[in-house]
Amino acid sequence: MPMPEWLRLRRAEAVPADQAAQWTKCPKCGSMIYRPDLAANAWVCPNCSHHFRMHAFDRISMLVDSDFVEIGGELLPGDPLGWTDKVPYPQKLQRDREKSKLTEGVVCGFASIGGTPVALGVMDFNFRGGTMGTVVGERITQLFESARERHLPCIVFTASGGARMEEGMLALMQMAKTTLAVRRFHDDGGYYVSVLTDPTTGGVSASFAFQADVILAEARAAIGFAGRRVIEQTIRQKLPENFQTAEFLLEKGAIDMVVERSELKGKLMRLLDYGIGAQRPANGRAALLRAIGAPPESAESRA
Amino acid sequence: MNAIVEREKGLIELEQRIAALKTHAAQQPVDMTAEIRALETKYAEIQREVFGTMTPWQRVNMARHPKRPLGSDYIAALDQFDELHGDRHFRDDRAIVGGFAKLRGRRVIAIAQDKGRDTKEKVLRNFGMPSPEGYRKVIRLVQLADHLGLPVVTFVDTSGADPGIGSEERAQAEAIAQSLYELADASVPIVATVIGEGGSGGALALALADRVLMLEHAVYSVASPEGAAAILWGDAGRAEEAATRLKLTSDDLLQFGIVDEVIPEPLGGAHRDPVGVVASVLAAVDNALSALTVVAPEELRDRRYRKFRRIGAPAT
Repeated sequence: MPMPEWLRLRRAEAVPADQAAQWTKCPKCGSMIYRPDLAANAWVCPNCSHHFRMHAFDRISMLVDSDFVEIGGELLPGDPLGWTDKVPYPQKLQRDREKSKLTEGVVCGFASIGGTPVALGVMDFNFRGGTMGTVVGERITQLFESARERHLPCIVFTASGGARMEEGMLALMQMAKTTLAVRRFHDDGGYYVSVLTDPTTGGVSASFAFQADVILAEARAAIGFAGRRVIEQTIRQKLPENFQTAEFLLEKGAIDMVVERSELKGKLMRLLDYGIGAQRPANGRAALLRAIGAPPESAESRA
Repeated sequence: MNAIVEREKGLIELEQRIAALKTHAAQQPVDMTAEIRALETKYAEIQREVFGTMTPWQRVNMARHPKRPLGSDYIAALDQFDELHGDRHFRDDRAIVGGFAKLRGRRVIAIAQDKGRDTKEKVLRNFGMPSPEGYRKVIRLVQLADHLGLPVVTFVDTSGADPGIGSEERAQAEAIAQSLYELADASVPIVATVIGEGGSGGALALALADRVLMLEHAVYSVASPEGAAAILWGDAGRAEEAATRLKLTSDDLLQFGIVDEVIPEPLGGAHRDPVGVVASVLAAVDNALSALTVVAPEELRDRRYRKFRRIGAPAT
């Protein structure tokens, strides 16, 4: 399977030409880390194991066996409200496209993980704070609809500041739209695992992030409904250090497990294996498996 | 101070003057018909000027008017109501009132958000901001409705879900997500009406419905104007500007296809004729139910799916 263009570009970018840009300071322990080392360590600080926020492409290349076939990539946001504040909304989008090399806040598609074909969605905080507008909602919806058609398990990595203000109520309605898609997928026998990464809040946490069969969270990720600042302003007191962290949610019983990034792929492979019963043959599945470089299935492999 | 209450002051003074003049005229043998008529004409003029066209921010203030009919007023106007309490796990959230009801003879499950009228009631109802227990009560009531084949009728009026420590500890996001998840698959008709403020996910959690109705001067937005201003510009004080940009009025939302029907209010707002407004909302809900109850459950779910599926989908 040839390496896709985006992945080739992504890897070439890992080492910037500029000397200074090759070093990154860990926001947690303050140590200076050589960027290629950080990339090689899955964007985890080798010193204090702080989990840096990951680019969607890095996340995908860390997880998938070989290729990744994107869907919905052609969908681009419009400007339904004609929004302007300091700059017009289309300009904000353009700026984020250049900065993040992404077309929107989520990348969706098919891949295989540890030999299991999956529908995979990865949100990226680098694009408008991972906020959900019409395109994020549409791509997630298409992901669940395609997963349902093809009888594939679905994995979604969330990272979001919530609904996107600049698309107003059309953004809020994506919570309803994605919910309906998740529900239909689930009722049809689909198996859904969500992985909440830093940060997962607002309209995304209050919809598909918390509708999965199994909910994982990356170690120390901030997860909640209201933002920390909003709560502090409302109650006018400082919040405890671990408030709204993955570990806090685990203790309160809101999620199934907290996973260190280094163990994530292994954990997902085990979880996918438990869901093998939910996978049934479907039309076009063989062609899809070829496209994502997964081995062809025998009847026993699904038994 | 509420901006509408502020603008109403002159009108209320005029109203009192007219009333006084009328009383006076009734007691005295002088004819004051002309004076009264002049004042009434002036009153109507000012009223048209103040309320004929309202800015989005004025609509927000109208939606928050202290005298506006609240969720409980709609519940009280039903033929009968038997409240059901609690989420069966933690407590009864009084920000959400729900239970069995009859609406024009029809058995339904009615659910309303209520902000509370006086200070004591506001505190009791947490100013209409539901906690996770409130949404879990909704889930339970929708399941009950589904079990018994009763339509679900909701009245939406909240500035948003409660953002407190306790609500986060008990997984507010999960509660809202599951409320949406429950409504998504209910096999009974769901009619939601935004009667005041439709604030963000905390409102939507009661409004993933087959028909979404909205009172003329209600607002429904992705975040409260204060919240949006804080998120966008780090300054809740710019709420008026946010309200203008968010496209949160009933006309905007009808245009976007997010709201199916707008129920008119009298000039000056719903609180000018609370009984009439409540009655016309209930009539509209009843109408919507009549059209939905004849639809087979599978078809109903399918239509609900398609209704939301097209919002923000690329034009074909």
